[in-house]
Amino acid sequence: MSEAPKTILDIRNLDISFKTNAGIVHAIRGVNIDLCKGETVAIVGESGSGKSVTMKAAMGLLDSNATVNSGEILYTYTDDHGREQTVDLLKMPKKQLRQQINGQRIAMVFQDPMTSLDPTMTIGKQIMEGMFLHKNMSREAAKARAIELLNLVGIPDAEKRFRNYPHQLSGGMRQRVVIAIALSADPDILICDEPTTALDVTIQARILELIMDIQKKMKLSVIYITHDLGVVAKVADYVDVMYAGKIVEVGNVNEIFYEPKHPYTWGLLSAMPDLDTEDDRLYSIPGSPPNLLHEPKGDAFAARNQFALAIDEKADPPLFQVSRTHFAATWLLHPDAPKIEMPRELQDRLERARKEVEKYL
Amino acid sequence: MGKYVCKRLGMALLTLLIITFLLFLLVRIMPGNPFPSERMSAEQIANKRAEMGLDDPILTQFIRYMGNVLQGDFGKGTSLYNGAPIRTVLSTAISNSFRIGGVAILLGTLVGLALGITAALNKGRFLDGFCTVFSILGVCVPSYVFLIFLQYTFSFRIPFFPYFFDPTRFAFSSVIPAVSLSLFTMSTIARFTRNEMVEVFDSDYVRLAEAKGMYGRNLVMKHVLRNALIPIVTVLAPLVVDLLTGALVVEKIYGINGIGKLMVDAIAGEGIDYNYVLALGILYSALYIGIMLVVDLLYGVLDPRIRVASKGEEA
Repeated sequence: MSEAPKTILDIRNLDISFKTNAGIVHAIRGVNIDLCKGETVAIVGESGSGKSVTMKAAMGLLDSNATVNSGEILYTYTDDHGREQTVDLLKMPKKQLRQQINGQRIAMVFQDPMTSLDPTMTIGKQIMEGMFLHKNMSREAAKARAIELLNLVGIPDAEKRFRNYPHQLSGGMRQRVVIAIALSADPDILICDEPTTALDVTIQARILELIMDIQKKMKLSVIYITHDLGVVAKVADYVDVMYAGKIVEVGNVNEIFYEPKHPYTWGLLSAMPDLDTEDDRLYSIPGSPPNLLHEPKGDAFAARNQFALAIDEKADPPLFQVSRTHFAATWLLHPDAPKIEMPRELQDRLERARKEVEKYL
Repeated sequence: MGKYVCKRLGMALLTLLIITFLLFLLVRIMPGNPFPSERMSAEQIANKRAEMGLDDPILTQFIRYMGNVLQGDFGKGTSLYNGAPIRTVLSTAISNSFRIGGVAILLGTLVGLALGITAALNKGRFLDGFCTVFSILGVCVPSYVFLIFLQYTFSFRIPFFPYFFDPTRFAFSSVIPAVSLSLFTMSTIARFTRNEMVEVFDSDYVRLAEAKGMYGRNLVMKHVLRNALIPIVTVLAPLVVDLLTGALVVEKIYGINGIGKLMVDAIAGEGIDYNYVLALGILYSALYIGIMLVVDLLYGVLDPRIRVASKGEEA
């Protein structure tokens, strides 16, 4: 983390709704996310909190029933002539987005490697496609590069695997191929949408290490979409906690893990399985996320929040600044709010974790 | 691969033999006489039966019949077209049916694919709705109703095409039956293509291709069509057989001397013509088995997941 790194992707006040048979679902309600060059941001939240939709918007992959009501996604890059350019990805026509941004500058790794490869095409061809599209490479050069990438992502016997079809590879191998595809046209930004959710636990760590390794080698900026705080702790520089289409807490990874301010983040951290706890029951946040078909009044989390204040029912809390990098949207941070600390068990737990980490430093 | 094809061919021939035997038995169990019995005395019939060896044990008859068939001799009609060898009559019928059926298949498949693709690319818009309505109509209304409608419109109201089939003006007079036969195939193919494509468009691998930067025609040609076509091949196979073997009613109404009409005549004529029914039965079965074999092999070409593993290359 050098001083004042340059912002490469800047999502401002993003607001998206979906038209469904049941009515209009207001899925993204004013999201701000910053990604700086070379850094890793993790977007954390429960299913349906809008993590994926936000990043799909940046890729131009939103379903046809989605409407972007407002906001911008500013992407800053250096063009072929060495000039710095900033474009709003949301304003770009789809065709231009595909030709100039997707794959070439911003690439994506999807959640389920079992379904994200074309079953009728060899993996070699699928990796080379991006190079033909964006780099105008010759067949030979593309093939050489594809085999190089297969080696890079740790696929043994790359020459032979090049001619394999997806069904001939295991899940972990397929995810490596998907990563190789994402890297095929040298992107600046890699978006990983729950890249390890569908994989074996033993494979998860390896895939994460692989992505981190490649990030260093290729100087990528990475966005992780995940609900797994273990993944976050391992990879992220900054964390955005998302709830019901809003960012409820932002901070660097230490701030989120050791000094969380939002009751929702407390809940998420408490819900992580932990071997050292005396409690023999796994905590889970009561209730389920609100249905955004009927937009909640006040704080969307209030109904599930044991620390909710009266004002939570009436008004949505703004983001209160905690430190230079740390913000949280909870009325508990208002100067007039009663002093409420995070639950005792969680405090103990974070303390234990901190000591654990210090042992290794 | 070669070994697999040989195995499948062997199985196909065995299947055909079993079907032929069953047909051979069934024809003899059917009520009725193989001869135009109203015009013959009991004595004449008995003589005729003896002459044709119909009183021999069934197995002897079958072996004799198969021996002839293997030499390409399907015998002569017992009540139909007295005297002419079945092969000659059948080859004219096959040529008529296959030519008209072939045109119908080609027309149905090509237009069906075009309609389906158009509908899928315009999902939820007017063209999609139009194609859906068209397919439902095409599937629900029998081909002979279309035939009568086309006959009425383009032969009677606007006297352009001939009323009935005319072998001397083959191409011209086969337009109406070919078009009416093709509508069912067209609608089925259109509906399947549309649904398969819409499904593939929603798939993760198309998302990934888009994330790679693919769009438009390139995306459809390289990732969508091939995956969508695999199930369509399965649907197409039985349709092809149906059309090649001629539509019974359409051939009858339009007066085409095809296999469909021949089959009707062989069963509903003055007697049940054993030899014609058998020959046609073998033809239908052979076609069906043959086309299914082709489809299975084609599957391997289209879909690498079903490709026959050679030399344990799997995994």
